[in-house]
Amino acid sequence: MATMTSVPETKRTPRVYAVKVQTRRGRKLRDNLTGYAFLIGAIFCFALFSWFPMIRGIVMSFQHTKRGVTSWVGFDNYTRIVQDPSFWTAWKNTFYFTVLALILGYLVPFVVAILLNELRHGKGYLRILVYLPVMLPPASALFLFKYYAYDPSDAGLFNAILKFLHLPTSEWMQSPTMTMPAMVLASTWMNMGGAVLIYLASLQNIPGELYEAAELDGAGIFRRIWNVTIPQTRLILALLAMLQIVATMQVFIEPLILANGAGTQDSATSVAYLIYQHGFFQNDLNGAAALGVIMLLVLAAFSAVYVRLTTKQD
Amino acid sequence: MSRTLISQAQLRRGRGRFLYWTILTAVIVVFTLVFIGPLYWMVTGALKSGQEIAQTPPTIWPKDPQTQNYTDAWNNLNLAKLMFNTFYYAAGAVVFQLIFDTAAAYALSKLRPMFGNVILGAMLATLMIPAMVLIVPQYVTAIDLPLVHVSLIDSPWALWLPLVANAFNIFLLKRFFDSIPEDLIAAAQVDGASPLRTLWSIILPMSRPILGVVSIFAVTYVWKDFLWPKLVMPSPETRTLSVGIYAFSGGTPMNVVVAASVIAAIPTVIIFLIFQRNIMAGLTTGSLKG
Repeated sequence: MATMTSVPETKRTPRVYAVKVQTRRGRKLRDNLTGYAFLIGAIFCFALFSWFPMIRGIVMSFQHTKRGVTSWVGFDNYTRIVQDPSFWTAWKNTFYFTVLALILGYLVPFVVAILLNELRHGKGYLRILVYLPVMLPPASALFLFKYYAYDPSDAGLFNAILKFLHLPTSEWMQSPTMTMPAMVLASTWMNMGGAVLIYLASLQNIPGELYEAAELDGAGIFRRIWNVTIPQTRLILALLAMLQIVATMQVFIEPLILANGAGTQDSATSVAYLIYQHGFFQNDLNGAAALGVIMLLVLAAFSAVYVRLTTKQD
Repeated sequence: MSRTLISQAQLRRGRGRFLYWTILTAVIVVFTLVFIGPLYWMVTGALKSGQEIAQTPPTIWPKDPQTQNYTDAWNNLNLAKLMFNTFYYAAGAVVFQLIFDTAAAYALSKLRPMFGNVILGAMLATLMIPAMVLIVPQYVTAIDLPLVHVSLIDSPWALWLPLVANAFNIFLLKRFFDSIPEDLIAAAQVDGASPLRTLWSIILPMSRPILGVVSIFAVTYVWKDFLWPKLVMPSPETRTLSVGIYAFSGGTPMNVVVAASVIAAIPTVIIFLIFQRNIMAGLTTGSLKG
């Protein structure tokens, strides 16, 4: 700036212009720096605990660390993981859990939401009831199911109810065939509240005239659900389906607490539990990383199918 | 109220009216049994003696209610310490999420620096990554931070820093800030307010509802989280409630474990009953308009 005073008259105009450009650029730079000053904390945390681990997980799955020495081993971790006899059992169990959870945990909230939306009284109370289990720490709720509800003797809550109704009692978690349905039941009870509330909100957005018109055309209740309710909530139905599949494919705490991990005859082992086993008990972090990458690919396939379906329909 | 599946008129007349009240009563009874029933069973079951809980058929109300299991749980599992830890981690999570996530959302919404959209995209992309896939590399990062080679095991930072990396929060906050008129910001700028000052005196006071939602979600998230705290907070002195109860569950009578589970659930239930409106509103706005 000090040089400005000594500038000859004739050259003054372009010089001033140049200075102006520089300050504008300077301000832009300063604005960008301010922006990034506000962003830096979040960027740091994302980099450290999301972006970097994502890459590192993939890198780790091709490496092996022995006594502090890391070397590249190609697909060794993958072949070892796939040859583990629990691998296919875990995938079979996880798919079974996901499908059962789709039948029970996906259908029930929608039906409950449709029902609640028709009620003119006690709605606030019922909404609180449905969402209450979501607020419990899962470990707390699962100990309740493990010790009281799924007690295989006749003193257990569910067996007492079944006996009262003169129905056959069950061994619950001690029976390999009941393990999965019991886990899905507990999981649905704990988690359905969120889906119910989201459906309720989307049901309230359906214009009443559509039902009016359908009724005038002589459509009964079920026809109206099929022809109005479902098409009108299609997007949210598809979205929650995908979210639920991604969540249930990662089922972990249910097998860990209800079935002590593997369950009777390996009937509860899930892929997420296998990752945990390999990584933190068998001292095989690289194998666990490989299993994580396999899980990522499977879930990405689900997302791709979902995106394909939604774009096709529109 | 606009009409729904079944018209108002149909529910008011004769048979419809009768059916409606029957269904309403049935729904209220069934829902109370299904959702409160297990909680009742949990609270009263833990009041029973070891003998009574094994009795068939089970008693609906404890014959000889005793608080022994609850006091045992409180003392033997050191629940006071676990509760304090969890509360401390939850409070820290709220503070750090509010500071860093609002700052980031403000920058992305109003300051819009170069490549801001790229950063936002990279943040939102993390929503697509299943948490279980990251658990191993995150753990490896936490036990030996890159470059500085410090371990975060048993340090609250191991819980707080990953929680700041919450794309859902940033998305929620950014969308809220986007709805604040640009004129207000411009007026503040004309008055010579710095970006920080604008955030503090204009944006934040207008954003109280959304900040409340983010805070409540942070607290309940920390209270419910299990696997990550189990991995990075392994010592008895640093454990959270859920992890501590799980760690003791093997060698503790089941009634005491359930009593401890009841105590661990009380804070979140209270939070829910107080803030249920905000929680439910936050849940539906967060997912619907996304």
